[in-house]
Amino acid sequence: MDLSGKKVTVHDMCLRDGMHPKRHLITVEEMVRVAKAMDDAKVPLIEVTHGDGLGGASVNYGFPAASDEEYLSAVCKEMKHCKVSALLLPGIGTVDHLKMALDCGVSTIRVATHCSEADVSEQHLTMAGKIDGLDTVGFLMMSHMLEPEPLLDQLKMMEDFGANCVYITDSAGYMLPDDVTARISLAREHLDPGTDLGFHGHHNLAMGVANSIAAVAAGANRIDGSFAGLGAGAGNTPLEVFLAVCDRMGIETGVDLYKAMDIAEDLIVPLMDQQVRVDRDALTLGYAGVYSSFLLFAKRSAEKYGVSSRDILVELGRRNTVGGQEDMIEDLALDMAGGLS
Amino acid sequence: MSKKIKAAIIGPGNIGTDLLMKAMRSDVVEPVWMIGVDSESPGLARARDMGIKTTSDGVDGMLEYMAEDEIQLCFDATSAYVHEENSRKVTRRGAIMIDLTPAAIGPFCVPPVNLAEAVDAKVMNVNMVTCGGQATIPMVAAVSRVQPVSYGEIIATVSSRSAGPGTRKNIDEFTRTTARAIREVAKVDDGKAIIIINPAEPPLIMRDTVHCLTVDEPNQDAIEASVRATVEEVQQYVPGYKLKNGPVFDGKRVSMYMEVEGLGDFLPKYAGNLDIMTAAGLRAAEMYAREILSGNFTPVAA
Repeated sequence: MDLSGKKVTVHDMCLRDGMHPKRHLITVEEMVRVAKAMDDAKVPLIEVTHGDGLGGASVNYGFPAASDEEYLSAVCKEMKHCKVSALLLPGIGTVDHLKMALDCGVSTIRVATHCSEADVSEQHLTMAGKIDGLDTVGFLMMSHMLEPEPLLDQLKMMEDFGANCVYITDSAGYMLPDDVTARISLAREHLDPGTDLGFHGHHNLAMGVANSIAAVAAGANRIDGSFAGLGAGAGNTPLEVFLAVCDRMGIETGVDLYKAMDIAEDLIVPLMDQQVRVDRDALTLGYAGVYSSFLLFAKRSAEKYGVSSRDILVELGRRNTVGGQEDMIEDLALDMAGGLS
Repeated sequence: MSKKIKAAIIGPGNIGTDLLMKAMRSDVVEPVWMIGVDSESPGLARARDMGIKTTSDGVDGMLEYMAEDEIQLCFDATSAYVHEENSRKVTRRGAIMIDLTPAAIGPFCVPPVNLAEAVDAKVMNVNMVTCGGQATIPMVAAVSRVQPVSYGEIIATVSSRSAGPGTRKNIDEFTRTTARAIREVAKVDDGKAIIIINPAEPPLIMRDTVHCLTVDEPNQDAIEASVRATVEEVQQYVPGYKLKNGPVFDGKRVSMYMEVEGLGDFLPKYAGNLDIMTAAGLRAAEMYAREILSGNFTPVAA
């Protein structure tokens, strides 16, 4: 395929999705250090929020090392080129959180819902869409659970609410390149030509880069990834790898490749509490279609209650759990442990 | 047949109809009116078939009959936008308003926790919080009545089919109102509420998780006893209210995993979130009705 000359905006997830493998404990100093390096490497857009979005601080998802406000205000004021985004999941955060993020200086607001529930984003996208110059993004999680046609309806709904960019998000790292192509190409064909279209991958089946290239080929112009893949599950699309592939294919990202490689190797890998890789449980996420941030919760509950983390994850997939249902995991582990005795 | 207190239901939708079916079985409340705004409404037709007086002229259509029909209780199952006006019209004619909308102009009411207080205070308008609040605040209070709780958090997961357009359009109201009610009703320092909508088929039964962080080490035996007693109390009006797992004690964290199955009157059984609202609303009305019947409380026109 010839993609040379295509322009793609890459969006780094280390300081948001990367909060999951760090149990939301990245410090403000670490965030600023990483963000400045990304700014220097000309990464155009980075996300900074609790792993579960604004207002995610909770027993359910984990209390972070600092508040969203502290992270955002510290990072935003240091950026010279790079823009900063914040994520919000309706049902967890509210428009009050969005207003706070705007006051801190974010230029992009991303509102995420489960793929079939876009209508819960109306309050938030409408509010963001009315603000002049604010990049307003709708983000459909677990998009593998909807066929391309109904998924398109949900994307259009977000477009109608006020999003100037919509995302197909493979939260479970379940999609194969053909799944991405089918969804992105149908969306590109029917959305307003002026609406940006993005893809957010997870690397649970090691498809992050291949899926992202498939997305670009099908018409996506924004791609999420994270340096060294720091993200939930087996991580996001490893950004430095994607950038190298783009470079080889002539896809234009504007990011300095060698600096990107250095960020991954010298800054992100040393930050990891454990290697983010396709281990047995992360592979199970991708295989069974399970929300990637369930990974560490399943490991912890498995250990605490003496059950198999793979069994927990497979059962969560069978029950069609959606993003945010972390509270199911201890409950399920208790059921499984009770059933054994 | 003993005397019952007569009631009107405003809003002939799913909630109003389910409430009507429950109220028809009450020993102390007798539904007399169903009030809508659309003469073609299937809810009004259903109510007429059940022998209930109806009007499609809104609350105004009933006002002139309130005195002769002795209406002393009203339920509002419409929307926050019209609630205040509805409430003003009926309370000034001496009826107590049970508010099932998110308007929350009156004090919050979670029956096993603070209904008695509202009745004692002779409050003329009580608000039933949210479905998630009704399902979880009794459990937060079950812990906070044993010992101080610095933080209460609830996660309500409801089936996509049971989350109506009103809830979806105003999802922030759910999180804000529920969090405020956790603080005010369960008397904890800080509260957080999360709602998750799950589209799985067949629809999942409402599930709720309650996390409390206690100030000191949790008194496990006392909390267990308090939690079990509270579950039994809620089961009196929602028989499908179940503690699935817990309380789990993990340091100062106390967690409970609940499931709420509805009675399946008009709403499907999986919609325990809607059932617990109508059941709690009726529960509140019955408590007022008993007070009126026993002569302890005579609501008067303002």
